[in-house]
Amino acid sequence: MIDESAIILAERLSKAYGNLPALQGIDLSVKPGEFVALLGANGSGKSTLLRLLSGLSKPTGGRLRVGGWEMPGEAMAVRARIGLVAHQPLLYENLTARENLDFYGALYGIDRRERARRIQDSLRAFDLHKRADSLARTFSRGLKQRLSIARATLHQPDVLLLDEPYSGLDQRAVALLDEMLAAARAEGRAIVMSTHQLRRAPAAADRAVVLSRGRIRFDAAIGSLDLSEIYRSASA
Amino acid sequence: MKTPFITGVAAIIKKDLRAEIRSRELLSVMGLFALLSVLLFSFALELDRQAREEVVSGVLWVTLVFASLLGLNRSMALERDQGGLDAILAAPVSRAAIFVGKLLGNFVITGIVGFVLLPLMTALYGMNLLGGPVILTTVIGIFGFATVGTLLATLTVQTRAREALLPIAMLPIVLPFVLTAVRATKAILSGAAANEWQSALGTLAAITLIYFLLCLLLYEYVVEE
Repeated sequence: MIDESAIILAERLSKAYGNLPALQGIDLSVKPGEFVALLGANGSGKSTLLRLLSGLSKPTGGRLRVGGWEMPGEAMAVRARIGLVAHQPLLYENLTARENLDFYGALYGIDRRERARRIQDSLRAFDLHKRADSLARTFSRGLKQRLSIARATLHQPDVLLLDEPYSGLDQRAVALLDEMLAAARAEGRAIVMSTHQLRRAPAAADRAVVLSRGRIRFDAAIGSLDLSEIYRSASA
Repeated sequence: MKTPFITGVAAIIKKDLRAEIRSRELLSVMGLFALLSVLLFSFALELDRQAREEVVSGVLWVTLVFASLLGLNRSMALERDQGGLDAILAAPVSRAAIFVGKLLGNFVITGIVGFVLLPLMTALYGMNLLGGPVILTTVIGIFGFATVGTLLATLTVQTRAREALLPIAMLPIVLPFVLTAVRATKAILSGAAANEWQSALGTLAAITLIYFLLCLLLYEYVVEE
């Protein structure tokens, strides 16, 4: 049944690279303000699904709507509503934190004055204002991840997509990321986060979607289930 | 919803030039290569002054092509390694704006190398390469290399053998530019009738325009999965 209130709606979505299927028959709906954890072993299709949702990759079958816009036909409208935090920080090492944010702000068509205001607010919100004019290459992994999230939320997207955001973070950075995700969720953003760290997902998410070999093996609210058992069987 | 074309182009050029001014990574590699190349040719052809005068336009263009290959490879590798290309592609910017932005960034950087090369070769080879027609030919030729190179570097950077693949893919395609640019430069330097070099220059401009339009159309297919 189609959930018209969903901000992300995938029906029988599939993606293949040549003859190699990466995703098959994915049915997924995500409501505004919902936090969905995508779980699965390496190669299960989590990153491919996030690339499809962000418009970086085109599906080879099925239907995908984000924010009411059809993908890939209306991908440009979808891109404006999506913030992407990938495994790599997607930052330019030879630009300062402020310059990185300014570049991405311009790419999202935010006018100069508004951009300057949002960058200032964002640097404060992510506790980066003291390092605003330092080059990104001098940042630790945790600082880069914070800057990466600041970059991904600068244009105030409706949907935040995160690919393994916890990998390589120390405990302090993990706590900060948790806070940032909670704040994004409180602002009504839908969040889809991929992780293979099972321990991280239940703490923050509403729902767990377990992928295995390109198919959804499980999709249910967190709290009502023994996630580790399901994850083990899906990953087997 | 969609970022205006000019805004996207300007943001990408500004980012590329700002990063390059700070690191000088491309300019130092390309500049050093160009310097060594013209010095090597100069010494190798020292004994035969006439031959040196004959080949100066060839030396100029071969040096520019290989210097631009080095720069293009590195420029796209930086984009790929830092993941920036994905972030740009995820933004609501048309693929045409991304192509033109990257192209103009590459054009300016290769252009700087070209404009250091012209006075240097004038001094080394004893021929005036600083006249208006030679400069115009250089500008158009570099724009042509940057056009083809931006498209092909985006394509080859996604492969493991990118360092080797870009020259293999690019050299046959830029051959018409090189031959026409060498013909135009040679005609200008030899003091041939204006209509002779103007005809070669016109051909070079036409080839550049055709390649630019083709690359603009193809870029979307190169970057989309």
